[in-house]
Amino acid sequence: MKLDLHVLGPILALVVLVLVGAAMNSNFLSAANVTNVLSRSAFIGIIAVGMTFVITAGGLDLSVGSMAAFIAGLMIMVMNGLLPTMGPGWPLVGVGVGAALLAGLLAGFLNGFLVTTMRIEAFIVTLGTMGIYRSLVTWLADGGTLSLDFGMRTVIRPIYYNGILGISWPIIVFALVAIAGETIMRRGAFGRHAAAVGSNDQVARYSSVDVNRVRMLTYVFLGLLVGIATIMYVPRLGSASSSTGVLWELEAIAAVIIGGTMLKGGFGRVWGTVIGVLILSLIDNILNLTDGVSPYLNGAIQGVIIILAVILQRERKAEG
Amino acid sequence: MKLTLSGIDRSFGDVQVLFDVDLVLNPGEVHALIGENGAGKSTTMKIMSGYLAPTAGQVLLDDVPATFAGSQDAEGRGVVLIHQEFNLAEQLTVEQNVFLGHELRRGPFLDKRAMRARTQALLERLNCKVSPDARVRDISNPDKQMVEIAKALGREARVLVMDEPTAVLTEREAEVLFEQVDRLRAEGVAILFTSHKLDEVKRISDRVTVMRDGRVVAQATTAEMSEDDMATAMVGRDVSSLYPARTRPVGDEVVLAVRDLNVPGHATDVSFDLHRGEILGIAGLIGSGRTETMEGLVGLRTATGRIEMHGQQVRFDRPRAALAAGMAYLTEDRKARGLLLAKGMRENLTLQSLPDFTAFLIDERAEDRALDRAIADFDIRAPHRKVEVGNLSGGNQQKLLLAKTMLADPEIVIIDEPTRGIDIGTKQQIYAFIHALVADGKSVIVISSEMQEVIGLADRVLVMRQGRVAGELTGDGIGEDRIVRLAMGLDGMRGAA
Repeated sequence: MKLDLHVLGPILALVVLVLVGAAMNSNFLSAANVTNVLSRSAFIGIIAVGMTFVITAGGLDLSVGSMAAFIAGLMIMVMNGLLPTMGPGWPLVGVGVGAALLAGLLAGFLNGFLVTTMRIEAFIVTLGTMGIYRSLVTWLADGGTLSLDFGMRTVIRPIYYNGILGISWPIIVFALVAIAGETIMRRGAFGRHAAAVGSNDQVARYSSVDVNRVRMLTYVFLGLLVGIATIMYVPRLGSASSSTGVLWELEAIAAVIIGGTMLKGGFGRVWGTVIGVLILSLIDNILNLTDGVSPYLNGAIQGVIIILAVILQRERKAEG
Repeated sequence: MKLTLSGIDRSFGDVQVLFDVDLVLNPGEVHALIGENGAGKSTTMKIMSGYLAPTAGQVLLDDVPATFAGSQDAEGRGVVLIHQEFNLAEQLTVEQNVFLGHELRRGPFLDKRAMRARTQALLERLNCKVSPDARVRDISNPDKQMVEIAKALGREARVLVMDEPTAVLTEREAEVLFEQVDRLRAEGVAILFTSHKLDEVKRISDRVTVMRDGRVVAQATTAEMSEDDMATAMVGRDVSSLYPARTRPVGDEVVLAVRDLNVPGHATDVSFDLHRGEILGIAGLIGSGRTETMEGLVGLRTATGRIEMHGQQVRFDRPRAALAAGMAYLTEDRKARGLLLAKGMRENLTLQSLPDFTAFLIDERAEDRALDRAIADFDIRAPHRKVEVGNLSGGNQQKLLLAKTMLADPEIVIIDEPTRGIDIGTKQQIYAFIHALVADGKSVIVISSEMQEVIGLADRVLVMRQGRVAGELTGDGIGEDRIVRLAMGLDGMRGAA
């Protein structure tokens, strides 16, 4: 059995990073640090799982960062607006959560509609909606920050900071989303169809696959997951501004690519995306914990890793 | 220029695919290289034209040993390979394609006037009426073939190697190509071509080389070999009975009735019936709307008209609906529309019928069992189960595509070009499958550009011309002459039964 670098590459990289981190700082493997890293990667991670499906089906979504900021702003405004009538408490949180999920669903549907029914390139569509959501959240916040009422912040805090058995909710939700995503991608008809559409949409069409429906669903799922990620995010800071979620779309896409999903579509794996997310957050964490390299070089190191990942993918192609 | 292959061996890794191949291409001679898929024709052609180096043996140009550094080097020395899949930039114009990579310059700028004049001259020499300004994506397949040849001639080709130049052409279009081949031969170009159509080989070539399993098994002047001799040499066994005999008569029951089917821009008022256990042939020139009519029928294109299955009116707005009603369409383009070339056999086999394999999750074991059955039933020969479908030979791809279509258990199967670009042994198998289907009470529509195939297979033939049914032929009335006359518009509706 030949060792497949394409499969092992991301895992090896992750293992090396963990070893390097542990060697450089004794706090690295402490429960507090691990929880911190995982919780913070959950936002990008949940989004990246959805992004894996979009990219596998041959699409792309640049709008997710702005979408998250917009949904966060909306969620805060809905809760603040209803606070006088409903009072602080879990029913109001439920309304906020519902609003976030609905907004995510609609935003995903809009992207999907423009890509499928209107037949506009995904890059163009989501570049457009990216600008729209970013501008909307800036406008809603009037250039500043939308802050959740202080009483509500206390109510909502546990969504980010609490959990069960010492594992925080964001980590649990991320794990559930990842497991569900991996199962659907690997064993679900939808995952197979998404790969077929991304591989060759004509073949998919001639094989009686409803190409537009598959594409649409990938965007709707991604929108929904952006909503879920936002629900985890709002309790952490209790605010949203024009700088919320900046560059999340690129981090999510980078994680997907590092994980071995093909950018041009046709093949995707969710477990790889999860590893990609962890690699990106570990680099950030290690640079923050150690003095040797400036954390300002974070972006440069991540960039090198993304390019390396793509080179590894290509070499596998050339052998085949 | 004379090109000689002398004692050529070639291996890929541990696998030797060519054994001691000797072949001479003489100037002013057309040489046909024939053999089943996988016989080594493509590898031989690639070695001739510098795409591959031989493992042992020599390539000689005018009796001088030549080592090509690559295809560019070979082209520079006048040896040009024209690929089966056109190597043209679809978005560029004819003129831009002819000079692609060899643009004429005047100082730092492109010399458009000179390129225009030369392109015009080359196309005129080929008697090709396409405009140098036309975008390649807008021109027909035969015209693309001519542009490829013009491109080769523009490179001063003295040895022209053509990989199945007629595979995507109708017989009439092929005839146009052959006129040009005749002309080039008269000009002293050495020409090698491959084809699965033995009548063409007989028609155009001076000399034939037959390959089987990487070896040259026969070499003779074309006059010395009959088509039967060629087929026997290729397959290594007798193939006189290419088309099986019917074992069960056509039923009376009409399973499909189509009335006034219109596919905008492609088909007008097409009406026909299909009976249980019948093979209905659809003939006509490429562009006569055969494929588009059938695509309209199964919901791949917008269509209007009345469709009845078993007397019940049906309407399909998407292929899934047609499939559910028991009608499947097998595309003519297995590489671009039929199979996912980068995926394995299992994923391809079940793609169309995936709902049948999915409860909540896909039952991969059931998929594997289906693949076992398909491999056995359709005699699919693959090096191993995980092979990427793109690495299978054309014949095995076609069998897999057939298996994929039949997995949905359709009652009516529409097969578009069932044997395009595949070897004679596999053809025979596919004809046997089609007969097994009708013997089983299913009904089959076969679209084909190969006259012999339509005549050999069909119980009844519809000939299409310019999007309309030009005539219908049955029984002894099915003949090459009648079909051609209807397809070309020389006969009226006299043939209608």
